Amino acid sequence: MSVGDYIRESQIWKSVFRHPAPYDRRNRVVVMLTNFFLHLHPVSIKQNGIALSYTWCMGGITFFLFLAETITGVLLMFYYRPTLEWAFNDILALRDVSTLGIMREIHRWGAHAMVITVWLHMYRVFLTGSYKPPREFNWVIGVILLKFTLLLSFTGYLLPWDQLAIWAITVGSNMARATPVLGSEGPGFQLLNVGGYDLITTASDARFLLLGSKFVGEETLNRFYILHCVAIPLAVAGLIAIHFWRVRKDGGISQPL
Amino acid sequence: MHHPNLTSSVIFGLGFLYLVQLVMNFFWTIRSLKNDGHCRLPSLFGGAEVPVAMWWGLYTAVLAMLTIAHFTGYSSPDSFLIVLPDWFKGLVDVAVSDPKWFFTETVLVFGAIILLRRQLATDTAGWILLNASTVFLSLSLTDWDFRQIVGKPDNVPIVGMLFIVGFFTWLSFKKANENDSRLEQGLGPLEGEDNEKVLVWPDLVYTELIVMIGLTAFLFFWGVCLEAPLEEPASSVKTPNPSKAPWYFLGLQEMLVYYDPWLAGVVFPSTILGGMMALPYIDFNKKGNGYYTFNERKFAISVFLFGFLPLWVGMIVLGTFLRGPNWNMFGIYEYWDVHKLEALNNVNLSEYFWLYGLGVSMPVPDANGSFMSQVGTIVWRESPGIVLTLGYLFLLPSVMAMTIFRNFAFRMGFFRFMVFANLVLLMAALPAKMVLRWLFNLKYLVAIPEYFINI
Ligand code: HEM
Repeated sequence: MSVGDYIRESQIWKSVFRHPAPYDRRNRVVVMLTNFFLHLHPVSIKQNGIALSYTWCMGGITFFLFLAETITGVLLMFYYRPTLEWAFNDILALRDVSTLGIMREIHRWGAHAMVITVWLHMYRVFLTGSYKPPREFNWVIGVILLKFTLLLSFTGYLLPWDQLAIWAITVGSNMARATPVLGSEGPGFQLLNVGGYDLITTASDARFLLLGSKFVGEETLNRFYILHCVAIPLAVAGLIAIHFWRVRKDGGISQPL
Repeated sequence: MHHPNLTSSVIFGLGFLYLVQLVMNFFWTIRSLKNDGHCRLPSLFGGAEVPVAMWWGLYTAVLAMLTIAHFTGYSSPDSFLIVLPDWFKGLVDVAVSDPKWFFTETVLVFGAIILLRRQLATDTAGWILLNASTVFLSLSLTDWDFRQIVGKPDNVPIVGMLFIVGFFTWLSFKKANENDSRLEQGLGPLEGEDNEKVLVWPDLVYTELIVMIGLTAFLFFWGVCLEAPLEEPASSVKTPNPSKAPWYFLGLQEMLVYYDPWLAGVVFPSTILGGMMALPYIDFNKKGNGYYTFNERKFAISVFLFGFLPLWVGMIVLGTFLRGPNWNMFGIYEYWDVHKLEALNNVNLSEYFWLYGLGVSMPVPDANGSFMSQVGTIVWRESPGIVLTLGYLFLLPSVMAMTIFRNFAFRMGFFRFMVFANLVLLMAALPAKMVLRWLFNLKYLVAIPEYFINI
C-alpha cells in the first residue's frame, strides 16, 4: 500500500472527507455535494458558464481579492493601532522593521485591483445582458456591493495617517457638507430649525456624522477604522453570500435562451 | 528647475519594457506566419508576394535593436538618442491640457469604438492598437514630467486599468461582432453552441485553483516591485496642492469644476447608484440576455459605454494625470508649475439675462423685507435659469416621449419612461454644462448663493 493510499484509508482522512478521492464520475459528483466550500457550486454546469471568454472570471477574481484583502487585513491589524500617536508610526514600522511588511503592499494593491475588477465584472454583466430577467435583483445587490467596495477602499485610505490619507479624505468628505437639508452648507439646511435655532450646524450635519468631528481627526480615524475593519467587511461578506445564492437560484450563469 | 529626462537607470529599465514587447511580437510573428497569408508589395518594390508576417518580423527586429540600444547605451544618458522629440510633446500637451479638447477626444474614441467596431475588434487591429500604446508609453517614459505623474505608486494601477479596460472592450466587441453576424444569418449566438453540461469537478474547480495561484503570485510580485506609498505624517495645516480624492473618485471631483458640491458630490453620485439599480427595470428589451451582442441592444450599450468610457474612466484619467496645482490643467509632459495662471471669469445666466440681455441692473432682495419677499425677488432674479432647469427636467421628457423616444414611451408606460428620461437627462447634464461653460463661460444656470442652491 502506498503512503497516499495509507493516508486516504485512515480514519482521520475519512472522517474529514467521507468519501473516496474524486477520481471517478460518481465521486466527482459526491465531492461537490459533501464539501462545505464546494457546495457553493452546482454539481454540473453548462460549458458556457465556465468559459473564461464569457465571464472573464471577474466576479470570481473580485471574490478572491476580497478574501486576500481579509487575510492580509487581519494580519495588518496585529501591527496597527488606530490612534494619532501610533497610526503613522505603525505603518512606517511595517515598511522598515516588520517581517510581514509586504502584507501592506499586497493589501493596498489588492484594494486597487478589487476596485478595478468589480467595475470590469459589472461591465461584463452589462455587456452580456445578464441583468435582464430573472437576474434583475442580483444586479441590484451587485450595485450595492460596488458601492461598498468603493467605501471599503475609501475608509482604508485614511488609516496610514499620512498627508496623502488625510487630505484625500478631507476632499472626499467635504462634499457631505453640501448634502441637501442635512449638510451645514447644503441647500435647505435652514429648513430644520427649532425656534430660530438651526439644527444643522458644522457640529451636527452629515459630514460630522461621517467624521465624528468637525475636521478629519482622531475620532475620524476611529470611525473609519471600525467601518473599514468590521462594519463594511461584514456587510460585504453577507451581501456576497446572498449574491452567490442568487446566482444559483436565478438559474446559474446566464445563457442564451 | 532642471530635471534630466534620461538617467542611466531609466534607460536600462526601459530596456526591459522593450524586451517584453520584443518577445510578444516574436510570437505574434510566428502566429502571423501561420494565419495571415500573403500581401503584395507596391510595384515600386517589384510587386512580389510576401507573407504579412514579414512586416511583423521587421517590427520585431526594430524592437530588438531598441532593446539592445537600451541595454548597452545606458552609460551616457546625455547623448542617448531614443527620446520623444519636443515638437511631439508640445503637440500632445496642447491636445490634452484643455478639458474641452480632452473631452472631445474621449468622445471621439467612444464614437470610433461604436462606429468602427467591425474594423477595430479584429485580432490584427487589436494587436496594432496594443503595440501603439506600449510604444507610446515606452517613449513617453523618457520624459521626466511624464514619469512623475505616471510613476506615482497609486497611479500605476490606473495605467494598468486603461490597458485592461481597453482589452475587455475589444474582446467583448469581437464576440459581439461574431454573434451579430450569426444572428443576421438566422443562427443562434455562439454561446449557445456546444453548450453541454460538464462536471464542476474538475472543469471549474481546477480553473479556480489555477486562477487563485496565479493571482497570489501576481500580488506578491506587484508587492515586491512597487512599494506602497507613505508620505509625510498627516498635518492639518499643510494643505497639499493639489489635494486629490482617491483616484476612483476623481471623476466626481472633476464634476466639481462644473457643478457645486451638493450636485457633484451628493445628488449626482446618488443618482448614478440609483440609476444603475434601476437599470434592469428600465431596459425592456428582452433580447441580448446571456450572450454578447451589439446590434440587438444598440441604444442600451451605447448609453452605458458613454457613461463608462468618456464620463467615468475618461474623467478619472483627466483628474489623475492632467489636473495639477490649483486644479489647473497640465499636459502629460508639462512641469507642474504652481504659478501657472488660468483666467477664470465665468458669468451667471441671470447676469447674462439682466445685465447684458436687458441692460438693466439685477433685482436685489430687500434686506429689511419679509422672508417671502426676499425669496420672491431671488426667484424673480433667477427666473431664466429656473425656467430652463424645470423645462429640462419636466418638459423635455414629454417632448422626448412625443418625438424621438415615442416607441420607448409607448412600451415603457408613463412612470417608467419618466424615470428613464430623467436619468438620461441627468447623465447628459454633465456634458451639457461643460459645453455651456466652454462656449459661454457660464458659471451657474441658477445662482442662489443665499441658500446654497447653485445649479
Ligand atoms: C464584491 C463584489 C462582487 C463579487 C465578489 C461578485 C461575485 C460574482 C460572481 C463570482 C459571479 C459569478 C459569475 C462571474 O464570475 O461573473 C457573479 C455574478 C453576477 N454578478 Fe457579481 N460580484 C460582485 C459585484 C457585482 C456588481 C457590482 C454587479 C453589477 C452591478 C454584479 C452583478 C452580478 C450579476 C447580475 C451576476 C449574474 C451574472 C450571470 O448570470 O451571468 N456583481 N458575481
